[in-house]
Amino acid sequence: MARVSDLGGAPGHGPVPAPDPAEPVFGERWEGRAFALTAFTIGRLSGRNLEAFRDTLDRLTPAEYHDSGYFGRWLHAAQAMLVASAVLAPGAVDARARRLAGETVEEPPDPAEPAKPDYSPTAPGSLREVEAAPEYAVGDRVRARKGARLPGYARGRVGTVARVQPAHVLPDTHAVFAGENPQHVYTVRFSARELWGDGDDVVVTLELFETYLERA
Amino acid sequence: MTDPTSPALRAEALEQLLTERGLVRTDVIDGFVARYESDVGPLNGARVVARAWVDPEYKARLLADATPAVKEVAWGGGANGEHIVVVENTPVLHHVVVCTLCSCYPWPVLGLPPSWYKDPAYRARVVREPRAVLAEMGLELPPEVAIEVHDSSAEVRWLVLPERPAGTDDLTEEELAALVTRDAMVGVAKVAAP
Repeated sequence: MARVSDLGGAPGHGPVPAPDPAEPVFGERWEGRAFALTAFTIGRLSGRNLEAFRDTLDRLTPAEYHDSGYFGRWLHAAQAMLVASAVLAPGAVDARARRLAGETVEEPPDPAEPAKPDYSPTAPGSLREVEAAPEYAVGDRVRARKGARLPGYARGRVGTVARVQPAHVLPDTHAVFAGENPQHVYTVRFSARELWGDGDDVVVTLELFETYLERA
Repeated sequence: MTDPTSPALRAEALEQLLTERGLVRTDVIDGFVARYESDVGPLNGARVVARAWVDPEYKARLLADATPAVKEVAWGGGANGEHIVVVENTPVLHHVVVCTLCSCYPWPVLGLPPSWYKDPAYRARVVREPRAVLAEMGLELPPEVAIEVHDSSAEVRWLVLPERPAGTDDLTEEELAALVTRDAMVGVAKVAAP
């Protein structure tokens, strides 16, 4: 089944909303609060990392993902990460929201103690040094196989390495605390004709991890 | 605002639960929100673009290795800005940026992404039919202009260096920076002459 976040090339979408140069950073007050609370949740409260956050977004239901927009899905993911780390009890946010709405609701007791993942980053951010030389060089033909951050539309497609980028931690294992496993990352160019079967003079580039690729 | 499932109530509930447990402080949240409302925004990217327009050596450094070059003129690095790559729009090649899997965006130089960038329609369609999407957004590209769509699937963050508009030879770097829009630096618009 297609992942909820994997939207590239999905049919059935209407016009893109018209850009508004005067759009405020946060359209409503709660969006700013959700942004900050989620950033703190990822950064220190849940003990989880950026890739775990993206993975959590990917596990939301379509309703959770789409109903309240970008910051709405952040809020759902923050809540899920705090519950997964036993910082908050399941249902705690819902119960409090209901009390705020005037309902009489019992709130669940806090978890006995937090269960955060046992992980300390080896360096800040996502970029890392990798000792091994990159497997691929600019100009190499490669096929995209599979990987957590490989959009479905490029799976099985052949492109050309355009740039060798700094190595990154590997989302596939890092998201689930199975190791940073840094890898070389490549910007790969795909022709629209290869991806979609039409579209001359259009190229799409993606950043892909070394194990997502095989020589073509 | 009495629907308990509304995001506004859930955000308030989450903030209360975390502050009561001493895990976050309201004034720290206030400061974080204010920082992204006023300090981190497209003016940083506009300064980078204007400098590249007036200083060919800077432009060469920017296109070769953008991350340190950005820091010469604006705050850089940090979340969503660890590795920035700048690509140049020309009369025959147009670059446009998206993140189809989430909404990755170069925060240090452009601030937080606008609604249209985060919209599922943009994420779904701009990789599939960029020419049509750009036309809808007001940018009609002639058929002879090739398009490169950059789908930000890892931690590389793309910034588009738009074409300098004609008739701006007499403007100062600061005046040029004031012309540069967020949308032009994502690649869904051109910079208009004053």
